[in-house]
Amino acid sequence: MIQAKGIHKQFGALHVLKGVDLDVAERELVFIIGPSGSGKSTMLRCLNRLEVPTSGSVVVDGIDLLDPRTDLNHARQRIGMVFQSFNLYPHMTALGNVTLALRKVAGKSRAEADEIGHAALARVGLAERADHRPGQLSGGQQQRVAIARAIALEPRVMLFDEPTSALDPELVGSVLGVMRALRESGMTMVVVSHEMGFARAAADRVMFMDDGLIVEQGPPAQIFEAPLHARTRGFISQIQRH
Amino acid sequence: MIETFFNAAIMAQAWPIILAGLGNTLALSLMVVPLGLAGGMALALLSTLRSPWVRWPLMAWVDFFRAFPPLVLLIFLYAGLPFAGLELGGFACVGIAFFLNTGAYYGEVLRAGIESVAPGQIEAARSTGLTRLQALVWIVLPQAVRAVLPDLLSNTLEVVKLTSLASVVALPELLFQARQAQSLTYNPTPIVAAAAVYFLLLWPLVRLLSRLENRAVASRR
Repeated sequence: MIQAKGIHKQFGALHVLKGVDLDVAERELVFIIGPSGSGKSTMLRCLNRLEVPTSGSVVVDGIDLLDPRTDLNHARQRIGMVFQSFNLYPHMTALGNVTLALRKVAGKSRAEADEIGHAALARVGLAERADHRPGQLSGGQQQRVAIARAIALEPRVMLFDEPTSALDPELVGSVLGVMRALRESGMTMVVVSHEMGFARAAADRVMFMDDGLIVEQGPPAQIFEAPLHARTRGFISQIQRH
Repeated sequence: MIETFFNAAIMAQAWPIILAGLGNTLALSLMVVPLGLAGGMALALLSTLRSPWVRWPLMAWVDFFRAFPPLVLLIFLYAGLPFAGLELGGFACVGIAFFLNTGAYYGEVLRAGIESVAPGQIEAARSTGLTRLQALVWIVLPQAVRAVLPDLLSNTLEVVKLTSLASVVALPELLFQARQAQSLTYNPTPIVAAAAVYFLLLWPLVRLLSRLENRAVASRR
């Protein structure tokens, strides 16, 4: 589903990604962990071209994202993204957030878009919050609206960039619950997060990134219980202490 | 004192003249405010382009017209350009001068509004497939305008007051008419009347501005 090869990313003199390969199969859930500044978020953002790699190739669902002839806006409908800080549109209702791209990009009528939007909000358990503005919702609810906004477009892949890092601990569960349901529906997912419990239960593969490279990857049990590299061990023991 | 400044007989005589002036001041404002807003919006949208070929000329343009006194600009257009064979007429001169001057001010206000919108908003919009322009129209501008509404209104107040500058190019707006009436009657009462009309015209806007500003302060707490 995702084939990224030899991804390099430089911001001026800063070399953030130093040749990362990432293959994700259909229906697979890949977890990316690593210290801050390791390049994991930049890597994720290369997968829908919010970041343009300095070199390398990114193919998602058969679409070459770095080919200048690619209709990027069409391709992005198939790649949902959820951000750490939710990034809901504060001047619109929850339903308005979910339906904007349906109407403006997918070309649905308002009635069609509203129907799809209500269904998407129901999937994340917020059917009765459709008319609320983001400011009237808790962080967990806002993040679920953000997930609804992405899944309403029926993406083939979902990217999650630290979806629970900005949440109070008691609100994390509701977001992880929605992600687990999405996983069970067969969605292909790439998740940057430190939710190790969730990774253990749901991930097919965990990748540990450090200093712009993938240090090691494998099934969650291997990465968390018996990592091969000292750097991975150090990082795992650090986040387990929290 | 009352005879001099608040003379009822003179007021009655001058009233139709002043009313005509008020009509022209309103017409001028209705021309000049949308023109300035349109110019400002164009400048603010151009400022979102990152190219130095746009940014530097744009900055020079805005700086120049903010530093250039609008009265001087107006007199140059009205009394200077005819020497180059270009006679534009008072109304057109006021329109151009205000477009250049207030456009630069509105442009800076709107630019600040656009820059106040979190970059994550645009990223979220683009990640769902919206184009740059769609993200600007549906996501950035509504939030930007809301963020700077008090400043836009405050600038609009200044613009309406500045329309009195049109009196120097013999446009019969409120101040010009009041001075005509004054010289007809040899009495300053018409000027006082014009001041009162300005106040009544602008005071509701001033009240609205205060309320918006208070609300902005409250929402920041």
